[in-house]
Amino acid sequence: MASDTIALGIADPDARPIGERLHDWVVTVDHKKLGILYILYSLLMLVIGGVEATIMRIQLIVPHNHFVSPQVFNRMFTMHGTTMIFFVAMPILFGFGTYLIPLMIGTRDMAFPRLNAFSFWMTAFGGLLLYFSFIGGNGLYGAGNAPDVGWFAYAPLTSRAFSPGHSTDFWTLAILVSGIGSIGTAVNFITTILCMRCPGMTLGKMPLLAWLNLVTGGLVILAVSPLTAAQIMLSIDRFLGGHFFDTQAGGAAVLWMHFFWIFGHPEVYVLIIPCFAFASEIIPVFSRKPIFGYPVMVGATIAIGFISMSVWAHHMFTVGMSSYGNAFFTATTMVIAVPTGIKIFNWIGTMWGGKIQFKAPMLFCIGFLFQFLIAGLTGIMLGASPFNWQLGNSYFVVAHFHYVIVGGILFTVFGAFYYWFPKMSGRMYNEALAKWHFWLFLIGFHLTFDFMHIPGMLGMPRRIYTYEPGRGWDIWNLIVTVGVFFQAAGVLVFVANLLWSLWKGESAGNDPWDAWTLEWSTTSPPPDYNFATIPVVESRRPLWDIKHPEDPDWKYE
Amino acid sequence: MKPSEQTRSLGRKIAGIAVLLAGFLLAATLCFGSSPNGSQIPSIFKPQSTPADSIFRLSLLVLTITGLIFIIVFSLLVYSVVKFRKRGGDDGREPPQVYGSNQVELAWTVIPVLVVLVLFFATARVIHSIQDAPKPPGTIEVIAIGHQFWWEFRYPALGVVTANELHVPVSDSSNPSPTFITLLSADTDHSFWVPRLAGKTDLIPNRENHTWIDPHETGLYLGQCAQYCGTQHAKMLLRVYVDSREQFDQWVEDEKKPAVVNDQVGEGRRIFETTACLNCHAVSGTVADGHFGPDLTHLMSRATIASGAAPNTPEQLKIWIRNPDSIKPGSLMPAMKLNEKDLDALTAYLVTLR
Repeated sequence: MASDTIALGIADPDARPIGERLHDWVVTVDHKKLGILYILYSLLMLVIGGVEATIMRIQLIVPHNHFVSPQVFNRMFTMHGTTMIFFVAMPILFGFGTYLIPLMIGTRDMAFPRLNAFSFWMTAFGGLLLYFSFIGGNGLYGAGNAPDVGWFAYAPLTSRAFSPGHSTDFWTLAILVSGIGSIGTAVNFITTILCMRCPGMTLGKMPLLAWLNLVTGGLVILAVSPLTAAQIMLSIDRFLGGHFFDTQAGGAAVLWMHFFWIFGHPEVYVLIIPCFAFASEIIPVFSRKPIFGYPVMVGATIAIGFISMSVWAHHMFTVGMSSYGNAFFTATTMVIAVPTGIKIFNWIGTMWGGKIQFKAPMLFCIGFLFQFLIAGLTGIMLGASPFNWQLGNSYFVVAHFHYVIVGGILFTVFGAFYYWFPKMSGRMYNEALAKWHFWLFLIGFHLTFDFMHIPGMLGMPRRIYTYEPGRGWDIWNLIVTVGVFFQAAGVLVFVANLLWSLWKGESAGNDPWDAWTLEWSTTSPPPDYNFATIPVVESRRPLWDIKHPEDPDWKYE
Repeated sequence: MKPSEQTRSLGRKIAGIAVLLAGFLLAATLCFGSSPNGSQIPSIFKPQSTPADSIFRLSLLVLTITGLIFIIVFSLLVYSVVKFRKRGGDDGREPPQVYGSNQVELAWTVIPVLVVLVLFFATARVIHSIQDAPKPPGTIEVIAIGHQFWWEFRYPALGVVTANELHVPVSDSSNPSPTFITLLSADTDHSFWVPRLAGKTDLIPNRENHTWIDPHETGLYLGQCAQYCGTQHAKMLLRVYVDSREQFDQWVEDEKKPAVVNDQVGEGRRIFETTACLNCHAVSGTVADGHFGPDLTHLMSRATIASGAAPNTPEQLKIWIRNPDSIKPGSLMPAMKLNEKDLDALTAYLVTLR
């Protein structure tokens, strides 16, 4: 850091006026600043999406509740889903990728720093468009109106006849714009990983995080492109009188479903594969062992990537496909359980024989393993198409995918946050508060999402703003809502920890976890351009080789 | 972290997991155990019709296999977390560095492949048995049309049109009389779901879907729309009455008759036929032949109004006509803005439509 600041001729960069420092963040093309921007933006959106979820759960705490009107409830679930997928999960994972990939492959920035900045600001602008609908949704007609078509916005509900005003236009434009940002990021990830690895880092010696983000990048390009195309088609329908999805003029509602889910299912893997990457970095370090079966982990990820492109219609088992179609998508869906299972076994294999340290990042990863196991098993249930005819579109499916997205993705993201917070900020977080966060969130998560499976099996469909008493659903909905408050308390502790640690946290040093990948070889936070001299590596764990010259990894790889 | 803290936090973790598991078991017991008002709970685990029953049997197989997988993997996970935790008095040396094992990898690839094969073939059999089931001679044909936010049921062979409450005959195995339902939509996507009778099938505009049921026991079966269809998706409820053969034939006879003519309610009828009512509703034998709303010819033969949102009583009918939003905000029926006298007369007319 010192040499850089001297070169710039500034004694202390923090002494500059606040406006100038903020301006730096706006115009930056530095991957570390952009990564942090992505993460902070996503955390803000996470809180907003969480408030929307809380409003829904309060409404459903008892049958025939009048906390919000059906119109507001429908807007809440649309905004909650859209926000959490497109403006929390994707950007926070892109943020970690943007921050970590150059550091972990030993280079000074992304391949296309300006594209990187462009992608972030497109994503941020997409979120602004979506939320502007609250005040601008009905344009000149007066009161604002957020979209209320559901996050997968099935046709023909999105056509002019059923969605007058502009709220659906804001939704479709927000997805279109942020989708362009996502594709930009994916191109950047792939190029950076393929072209900018440091000397000695062959593909087989890349950290798993880089490998998994490479697969994610490929999936984003394949999955987000059809979604973007579909948004353009929907815009043509709404603005130019097209009839792609306008069933009243002969359009096809099912066509939209195919477009949406050929995005929507690979999207699940776009979100979970970077989380696999976090687990694959964190579990070895806190078990003090290398990842078990590195080549198999890479192979399983690539297999998941390919198979995930062929399972989309398992979201459409109830739309009246032929028995052959249903059988085909049952088969592909179940096959994907094999590579996913291999990954879980390999993580257990990594812990096996290790010396496990229960620091916050590891706790969140163990929570992830446990919950992802259950999510995978309920996924198999939903993949058996006749069982899906009962469970699909019920609260069971809502519980299942929240098990993936909260129990799997959000848990590992919290783990990753605590793991790399010292690197990003230069300060340690408070371990006691982090444990409070973990336990509160774990209890809240299980209260909410374990019990949410049950009303689904008792016939409660999703997306209903109220329900009839006497159907056996009341008690479960009450418990589910109570869990939300534990989760909210956990997130409050998390935010408090974040702020407290930034202000008062102990200095972290370069390598607080005694870890093995290249980001821990540089200062915390890393200087501009990361490495004074580009490192040269000989194995997957270059820092292990340095710390254990008597027993280096490259002898075994 | 000091060793004592380490043990304590581990103990808390195990205790936490135990509590969660106990909760889950308790939940499962309560969920599947008997309940005093069992017949009103639309549980997928109390099937009363062949498609629902085949799915139930498949679900038992799937739950058993996934349950076994859960127990095995969960035990491995807990064992490794407990057994390989860093203990107090650790010498600070790194554990043996193991990079992988091809034999182990092969085992945990091949075994899941075999499990998947078993599950797939069991599932494919059920898909075929439900979706490709032949129609026996005694089949009742119904067309269900989804509307925002109610159900239209037509029995083309019997000449009956009704709404929201589907009547079907009970089907016994010696003389099966299943009901095959053609699913259409007048506007947006909907989904027909009566969990105790069959899995759900969507109603999609410009598309013809099919489902079938053959209820084994008479009674009322509850369900509701299971595909988000707009503001009042939540109150697009669905009731299926499974009648004995005699009851069903009687019901068909009654439904085929034209509307009752009662001169005492002539004023109400005049209001019905001279306001916007007739744009959307039909009453056979009168000038009213609208199709946007439910057919009212035999309105009072139904137990509920507003697609199950309210009981069908004169008081509720009045509340509904005065302001539909008070029962079902966002429903497409407009408030008719009648004065109290006209409202009373109109309600008096409607309650004669038996």
